[in-house]
Amino acid sequence: MKLFCLKFKSVTLIVIFVLISNVSFSKESNVKLLKPDWSFNGFFGKFDRASLQRGYQVYKEVCASCHSMSLLSYRNLAEKGGPEFTAEEVKAIASQFEVTDGPNNDGEMFQRSGKPSDRFASPYPNENASRSANGGAYPPDMSVLAKARPGGSDYIYSVLMGYEEKTPENIKLEEGVYYNKYMIGNKIRMANPLSEGVIEYTDGTKASQKQMAKDVVSFLTWAAEPHLEIRKELGFKSVIYLLILTILVYLIKKKIWLRIEPKV
Amino acid sequence: MSKKNNKDTSSRRDFLTTVTATVGAVGVGAGVLPIISQMNPDSSVKALASIEVDISNIQEGKEITVLWRGKPVFIKRRTKEEIQKAEQANMKDLMDPQEDKDRVKKSEWLVVVGVCTHLGCVPIGGKGEYNGWFCPCHGSHYDTSGRIRKGPAPTNLEVPKYEFVSNNKIKIG
Amino acid sequence: MSSEKPNQQYKPVHTNKVGGSPFTGVTGWIDNRLPIIRMFKHEYLDFQVPKSLSYFWSFGGILTICLILLIVTGLSLGMHYKPDAKYAFDSVEKIMRDVNFGWLIRYAHMNLASFFFIAVYLHIFRGLYYGSYKEPRQLMWLIGIVIFFLMMATAFLGYTLPWGQMSYWGATVITNLFSAIPLVGESVVTWLWGDYSVGDAALNRFYVLHWLIAFLIVGVVAFHVIALHIVGSNNPSGIEPKDTRDTVSFSPFTTSKDLVGMLVFLLIFVAVMMYAPNYLGHPDNYIPANPLVTPAHIVPEWYFLPFYAILRSIPDKLMGVIAMVSSIAILGLLPWLDFSKVRSSVFRPIWKQCVFLFVLDFFVLMYIGGAPAEGIYLVIGRIGTAFWFAFFLILAPLVSLIEKPLPMPDSIHEFEEWKKQGKIKTIKLFSK
Repeated sequence: MKLFCLKFKSVTLIVIFVLISNVSFSKESNVKLLKPDWSFNGFFGKFDRASLQRGYQVYKEVCASCHSMSLLSYRNLAEKGGPEFTAEEVKAIASQFEVTDGPNNDGEMFQRSGKPSDRFASPYPNENASRSANGGAYPPDMSVLAKARPGGSDYIYSVLMGYEEKTPENIKLEEGVYYNKYMIGNKIRMANPLSEGVIEYTDGTKASQKQMAKDVVSFLTWAAEPHLEIRKELGFKSVIYLLILTILVYLIKKKIWLRIEPKV
Repeated sequence: MSKKNNKDTSSRRDFLTTVTATVGAVGVGAGVLPIISQMNPDSSVKALASIEVDISNIQEGKEITVLWRGKPVFIKRRTKEEIQKAEQANMKDLMDPQEDKDRVKKSEWLVVVGVCTHLGCVPIGGKGEYNGWFCPCHGSHYDTSGRIRKGPAPTNLEVPKYEFVSNNKIKIG
Repeated sequence: MSSEKPNQQYKPVHTNKVGGSPFTGVTGWIDNRLPIIRMFKHEYLDFQVPKSLSYFWSFGGILTICLILLIVTGLSLGMHYKPDAKYAFDSVEKIMRDVNFGWLIRYAHMNLASFFFIAVYLHIFRGLYYGSYKEPRQLMWLIGIVIFFLMMATAFLGYTLPWGQMSYWGATVITNLFSAIPLVGESVVTWLWGDYSVGDAALNRFYVLHWLIAFLIVGVVAFHVIALHIVGSNNPSGIEPKDTRDTVSFSPFTTSKDLVGMLVFLLIFVAVMMYAPNYLGHPDNYIPANPLVTPAHIVPEWYFLPFYAILRSIPDKLMGVIAMVSSIAILGLLPWLDFSKVRSSVFRPIWKQCVFLFVLDFFVLMYIGGAPAEGIYLVIGRIGTAFWFAFFLILAPLVSLIEKPLPMPDSIHEFEEWKKQGKIKTIKLFSK
């Protein structure tokens, strides 16, 4: 057992070092992010299905007019570990959207209603169109956004809650730019998207800014990591398994070495 | 005393080795599983394993071809003569005897995979001596039920799993 | 008619070397014609290995397991990845979302790369501390440095493949370093790119080269292990084995011990891979590559940071590149720069401290490599770079000259006795 204490020391050293070396160097990120209690955090984290479904509603009704999510397919909404809409609900959701298909026998592209196997419809056909419609700014695709920002889910949540009435004295804002306390650089081209009551939740939950922010960020986290739940579950089983196997093999090793190093 | 110890230790060691080897083997198996499994169709492929086809625009006597799992499927709206011919065929005349009623759900509609059962070419509709399909590669003739009548193909055109989700829509696969 | 000369003028030749196998039956029949079975028994079962080896010696086996797993996961990923600038990022996401266990294989592959480097740095540290680079193991050490260069090349190429922002810009920065070559620099860079900037042409060839160099590593590792079997393992005492009191057979003693080491390593790896799979990476690489937008801080993966710091501490582009490459190549000179007759730092009180300072320098440079190259960070980086080269060029020969080693035992088994009696201190970490 002394052996494991020694190995543990080495692990601790490495972990401490990694933690130190991960210190952020940018001057702007001195503000501590808001850290809500996410249900998907921790070793046994799981998504809240109802929250994911509400989050999808927020995405669809507020964000999807500018932000694409082109790596997701409608069928993902029914898969295990996610919002888990029923197959019928997903069919209904998909058919609300028009997708381009073709060419048909006349050689033309045509519009048809969406199927579960289709990718999420994008508000713009390409990045240039998106920039052109948004004054040069590009509303990023949100498929992996939760993994693409330092601080991940906490960062996105903080930005959504980080709009303030008064802009600090020393910050000059250009036309169409807003102040945000948590955004890297403190300036953002998107106006506060989640004003109180901008949507009405179908499940009756009160659509406060905080609630919508929490739900949509949970949804974005799932969208970026659809296998999060099974990863953590499998992770737990694998670590326990390896712990047991290591102890067994260690006992064998000790037995083998006793042949030449008998205990006094 | 050492003899007893040896026997004890050796049987304990053997037990320990057996248990460890078994536990280890389970782990190796679990580790290999994802590597093998990743070669199976992924979920985007599985999502396209079934397709729904709108058949409302097909006129009597006409057929359409749709792509299903990478293969052509003929959906034919048969005329009264074609249905009659198919139903009245003598089993003794067929190379691969099969009743027409066993090959269709509604006799007006024939759904078959358009791949010749000989070596895989796509047969041409409305051709051949039996008014069904003719495969130009090696001269197989299929009748109005898609059954092989003449030529090297061994079996009838395959009928895929399908169902009528409504009068105007069939789901294949 | 030819008249036959007497036989004595022609030397007899026997090209048939069949025979000599200790095995019988089918095993013997194969082994007589292809002696791999008796070779395996000789090299991996009966092979005599110092009995004083600590767990620091398990990293060779750990590295081999990492290499095998990297190749297996890499092959699986390769069945789905598309090396086209338009499709690369999406194909990786397809692996993560749609391919059965794709997320597991991808996370395994990218974290294995990091753990490969953790293991290799510990492996090299073992070599530094215990004098494994000294006679007769100099060639093994040099082959090891070649493997290290190949590992860095493979890792760099692999990182470009997801075609994220860091992939693209890291590729741009590092390939641009070749423009420092006098006269032909710019042409070399264009030749590497196959274009006027990093793009689809570069990505495709980086994919091929990633595979090629990965398999080259396997070949060079084979040489590394063959050399090991000629010179034999070093051990914490630095004293060569003399008789059977000093050694144990490789199997089952060292095999069982290495297995424990491998499992502990695997345990830590699986825990990181499953619970913090993106911790060692950079979020910017989840943003698709954009040639028009440069990330605020371009940083390579953590295992390159010390060398990145050395590169940036020299203001001149060419000299920076030379400094960076020579900071690794200079390891190759160590067997000749450090000419002390004593191998192990256990008996070298001054050199031991120098090695620990070198390790500290390594970590300091790693920290600096992730920092902006300005102000106090630059100053510390320059001091760290200076110390790095001083360690090899000044400390190694100087310490060999002036150091008085501690009294040493005569043999490995005496070393083990001294340890039991508490007469000598070994690194408690990883000791058995």
